[in-house]
Amino acid sequence: MTECIAVFGGVYSNHFALAALLEDAPRRGASKIYCLGDLGAFGPNPDKVFPLLRDANIPVVQGNYDNSIGNNLADCQCGYTDAKDNYFARLSYDYTFKNTATENKIWMRDLAVELRFDLNGVRVLLCHGSPRKMNEFLWETTTSVAFLERLCGAHGTDVIVATHTGLHWHRALPSGRHFVNCGAIGRPANDGRTCVWYVIIAVHDAKRIDVQFVPLEYDHERLAAEMRSEVIPEEFVETIETGWWTTCLEVLPMKERARGVH
Amino acid sequence: MAALIDQTETECAPFLPLSSLDSLWFQVAGTLCNLRCNHCFISCAPDNHTLGLMKFEQFKPHLDESIRYGVKEYYFTGGEPFINPDILQILEATLAVGPATVLTNATRFTEEKIARLTGMRDASAYSLELRVSIDGFSPETNDPIRGPGTFDSAMNGVRMLVASEFLPIITSMRSWEIHEDDYFLREFKAELAKIGYTRPRMKLLPSLKIGQEALRDHGYAKYEFVTESMMAGYDETQLLCHNSRVVSDQGVHVCPILVDKPDARLGTSMRDALKGYRLRHQACTTCYKFGALCSNATSQSMEGKRLSAHSSSQNNPATGSSPNEG
Repeated sequence: MTECIAVFGGVYSNHFALAALLEDAPRRGASKIYCLGDLGAFGPNPDKVFPLLRDANIPVVQGNYDNSIGNNLADCQCGYTDAKDNYFARLSYDYTFKNTATENKIWMRDLAVELRFDLNGVRVLLCHGSPRKMNEFLWETTTSVAFLERLCGAHGTDVIVATHTGLHWHRALPSGRHFVNCGAIGRPANDGRTCVWYVIIAVHDAKRIDVQFVPLEYDHERLAAEMRSEVIPEEFVETIETGWWTTCLEVLPMKERARGVH
Repeated sequence: MAALIDQTETECAPFLPLSSLDSLWFQVAGTLCNLRCNHCFISCAPDNHTLGLMKFEQFKPHLDESIRYGVKEYYFTGGEPFINPDILQILEATLAVGPATVLTNATRFTEEKIARLTGMRDASAYSLELRVSIDGFSPETNDPIRGPGTFDSAMNGVRMLVASEFLPIITSMRSWEIHEDDYFLREFKAELAKIGYTRPRMKLLPSLKIGQEALRDHGYAKYEFVTESMMAGYDETQLLCHNSRVVSDQGVHVCPILVDKPDARLGTSMRDALKGYRLRHQACTTCYKFGALCSNATSQSMEGKRLSAHSSSQNNPATGSSPNEG
C-alpha cells in the first residue's frame, strides 16, 4: 500500500497557480492536499485564493504573513533585515492588508500553526518556517544535518515539511527521517523558469518514503497582466515573467544567491 | 582608557538562558591580527596574546561534540582567521558537517588560498561565506581606521574572491551618522563595481564602544545597561547569546564580543556552553538595540520588533521558540 499527499506553500496571492495545483495534484495520485501558509504577498487581489482553498477543503497551516494580516500587525514578520528587502516587503504587505476582506483576515488569524498526522505509519509534521519558529528560514546550504535531526527529535516526528524560504529542497537524514521544504507556488524558484514548485510525498510499505518535487506550469502571463492592472511593483512582475528573483535577495545564503542573476 | 563598567548583581542584569545552541563560533585567531584597527572591540593586534591561535587538534573535538548538540551553523573569527596556519584544514572539516562563515580582513589571501577555498566550497553541500571587513569606500575613509594601505589590500582580496565566484559580505562599522547610510552604500557599491563586484552584499554594523573603539570614539554612558524591565516584550531571539556560544583556545565563552572578558568565559567544554548568562556588560545594550549583530544578516533597529510584539494580544509564534529545546 502507498499513501500519497501533496504539500504546497507560499501562495502569495497567485490564484492562477493555486487553481492549477488543485487540478494537478490529484492527477499525480495525491489523496490529500495541504497548504503551509503565506496566502498573501507579492501578487494581486488576495481575496481570490480563499474560495479556492475552502471549496477544495484544503487544510492550511498559518504562515507569518497570515499571522500578521490576521492579527492586524504592523509588518509581515518575514524576517528580512536589509533596508531594500524591507522596502519591497512593506509595499507588498500594505497592498495585501488593504485588499484582504475582514472575514478572510479572521479566518487566517485562527489557522493552526502546525498539523500532525500519521501517513502509512510515518509521523508527519507540517509547519511554515520550522516547528519551533514560524518565520525561521531553513535554507538548504545553511542548515546542518545535525540540526535537522535535533528538530525531528525535539518535535517527535519522522518527517518535517516546511516552506517560508520559497526554495524547495529535501534532505534524507542518516536516522531515516526527512526534512522537506516544499517551495512556493506564488513565485518561481529563482531558476530562470516561469514554473512554480510543490511536493508530492509518498509513503510506501515498510515506511519507505519518496519525495518528488513537481514543476507546476500555470498561466503566468495572465498573472503578470493582473499584477500590472493592480499597479503592483514592476519588480514583482518581472520575477513572474523571468523566473529570477528581483527582490528580497539579501536574506539568501551565498550558494542560493549565486544561482540567481540578481 | 575608558573604564569598563559592569552592572553589579544588585542592579539585576537580566538573566538569559541559552535557548538552543544553533550557531557555534570559533575564535580561531584568538586576539591576534595582522592589523591594529583603532575601532576593534577586543583590541586585536599582532602582539595581543590574550587569546591564542586555535590548533586543529584543539578545534576538532569541539566540532565533533557540537554535532551531538545539533548545531546549525559555524562561524570563524579572531583576530584574522587567515593568519592561523590550520584555518584551511579547520574549514574543510567544518564544511563536511555544516555551513561556515569566516570573518576576515581579506588582506592575507593568496591565489593558492583562494583556490583551496574555492575547492572546498564547491565540494560541500553547505555555504562557505566570507565576511570581509572594510570600513570605508576609499583609502581616505577606511585607512584611518584600519591602517595605511588596508583599503587597497582588502579590495584586492575582494577582487580575488569575486573572480572565483564568491559573493563576499562586505561588512563596515558605522563610523558616520545613521542617516548617511545610503550615501555610504552608494559610494561603496560604485567602488566595488570597479573591481567586478556588481551585486555586492553589504552589512553595516553599529559601533561597539569597548576596547579600542572606546578610545577612538567614546565609551558607553554610565546609565547604558540592559535591565529586567527592558526585556519585557522584547524578542530575545535577536540576541546572539540566546542561541550561540564561542570557543577559543582557552575555553567556551558567551559571545564573540565579550570573548576577552573573564566573566564571560563559561568553562572548558560544550556542556559548559549551555549555561545562561546575565547581560551585565554595556556592550549588551548595542546587541539589544540592533539585534542580529553577529549573524550574516544586516543589523537593524529593534524598535519595530518591539512594537510588533506589543501590538499582538496573543503569544506570537513568529517570534517565539520552544523553551525546552537545545
